[in-house]
Amino acid sequence: MNTNPLLKTKDELDEMARQIRRDIINMLLISKSGHSGGPLGMSDFFTALYFNDMNLDPNNPYFENRDYFFLSIGHIAPVWYATLSRRGYYPVDEMKTLRKVNGRLQGHPAPLKTHGLPGVEIASGSLGQGLSIAVGTALGLKLDKKSNHVFCICGDGELQEGQIWEAVMTAAHHQTDNLTLIIDKNDCQIDNRVQKVLNLDPMADKFKAFNFKVYEIDGHDMDIILKTLKEARGHKGQPTVIIAKTLMGKGVSFMEDNYKWHGVPPNEEQGAQALEELKPTKYGDFV
Amino acid sequence: MKYNIENPELKETRQGFADALVELGKENPNIVVLGGDVTGSVKTNFFRDAYPDRFFSVGIAEQDMMGVAAGLALVGKIPFASTYGEFATGRPFDQIRQSIAYSEMNVKICASHCGISVGPDGATHQSLEDVGIMRILPHMTVVTPCDYDQTYKAVKKCVEYKQPFYIRFYRDKTPNFTGMDAKFEFGKADTLIDGTDVTLIANGLLVWEAIIAAENLKKDGISARVVNMHTIKPIDVDTIVKCAKDTELVITCEDHQKQCGLYGAVAEVLSLHYPTQMDYVAVEDTFGESGTMQQLMSKYKIDHVEIERKVKARLKK
Ligand SMILES: Cc1ncc(C[n+]2csc(CCOP(=O)(O)OP(=O)(O)O)c2C)c(N)n1
Repeated sequence: MNTNPLLKTKDELDEMARQIRRDIINMLLISKSGHSGGPLGMSDFFTALYFNDMNLDPNNPYFENRDYFFLSIGHIAPVWYATLSRRGYYPVDEMKTLRKVNGRLQGHPAPLKTHGLPGVEIASGSLGQGLSIAVGTALGLKLDKKSNHVFCICGDGELQEGQIWEAVMTAAHHQTDNLTLIIDKNDCQIDNRVQKVLNLDPMADKFKAFNFKVYEIDGHDMDIILKTLKEARGHKGQPTVIIAKTLMGKGVSFMEDNYKWHGVPPNEEQGAQALEELKPTKYGDFV
Repeated sequence: MKYNIENPELKETRQGFADALVELGKENPNIVVLGGDVTGSVKTNFFRDAYPDRFFSVGIAEQDMMGVAAGLALVGKIPFASTYGEFATGRPFDQIRQSIAYSEMNVKICASHCGISVGPDGATHQSLEDVGIMRILPHMTVVTPCDYDQTYKAVKKCVEYKQPFYIRFYRDKTPNFTGMDAKFEFGKADTLIDGTDVTLIANGLLVWEAIIAAENLKKDGISARVVNMHTIKPIDVDTIVKCAKDTELVITCEDHQKQCGLYGAVAEVLSLHYPTQMDYVAVEDTFGESGTMQQLMSKYKIDHVEIERKVKARLKK
């Protein structure tokens, strides 16, 4: 755990989350391509992880005792990129290069060796693969008797991939209690609501049956997020899953809870309205 | 074939798939379609809205999709399994191999967003190996139409054959030039432009680039033949050998890794039947990245500029 978090209070963290949401909108206005809904919905969780809970060092991103973070839903990269930038992993000005040729901010997170970004551990974008990697990492760390914690974020639609449930079985079987899966449960995917495309409920019961310790929380309540992350980290004997009830497009009224915002950027007018709703912060925009 | 080289009509190949599918649905009650949460992207929403009973959403689960398709085929349905190229081939490869190709199930795998054309999404979404891994499977017919008209025809016609098919197309609008009245037959390549100095054997997106290259090369006194090799398997051996004999230089053009795709397929034919000087325009054993389709075609050297360069380099020797 991070014993000296950068931001401590709910107000501080909420303000940073709002700046990250503004950054997402500004990045998408420049790239004119990319996903709006998922990134806005997960801004609170990213802020909690990177500015409070995770053990990390932006100046030395791959130091041995870091917590490991995997974004299995690579398409919500804009929220990760904005968070990494605000946390000091790379210059804020570079956010302008989202999805541009020869850039590091690839449409989906790219491996560090080719053109990836500091903070990225491995490529993602093809859904369903992240949890297996997180389980492997957790097993390896346990073998070495290390105390690093491993986090993996999955989408609720993504849970339709069979590989996720294979990884869930492996995690539980090997009691990887150093692993926390976070599910962005917004009940939205590309075609429709998750319940309409291929229902996954009752989700908590599924994970309980698979022998996970389950937490179901409001994914936008900063105090609850922080408290749950601490509890999950301390839980022994089982892997943990935080099912975070979120709203796709959170913070922008006309995007909220609407699956049509899964994969499109705002146009100029919509972007201006979004920025009007997400009030400026003391951090200032990169544009 | 009629086209305006400066200002071609632009149309989405995936719309050709969608339009043919709706027609097929009207004609044949056994046509069924599987959705993998990219229904709007691959345009199976047109079929879904017309025939909701014959559309099955399987969620984001491509391996399951291929197995379910095989089961539907087993009871006499003609399933179209459709998603993005990478997730239609790479993800469910073993399911396709055992349950569809080996078992000879009448499943039509139709992949959109192929090759570099998905641009800004980046490398994870750019299928540059799909032709190779489908072509290597026994029993699989592999087709890469070059425009809207040809995609429409390939999709309409594939149901006449009770066997597995892989049909590859794109997201973006591309020149539509072959014409609805042009003859189309699987396994029979179309010679689009005649020529004597070099044969450009192209498929998909690169057919148009080969046409532009041939027009430009003409100005330099080079006569290039352009052949559209839309079917990579079974490949048209006769046409390839004839072109090799006529022009003594063959250059393949494709938006795919240089290994195992069209270059490989043509080289296999020529090495056996008529060893000939060859070259290729293809992705150079590397993954793609984000950028616009045009930027990437230029950066990864899969455009008419590169075709012209290679032709000139070879002819100069
Ligand atoms: C293997 C694979 N299949 C399909 C896709 C295309 N795709 C990208 S995001 C997405 C929907 C994901 O839904 P969810 O996990 O709920 O994320 P959200 O919509 O909430 O952002 C799909 C189908 C993909 N990236 N990978």
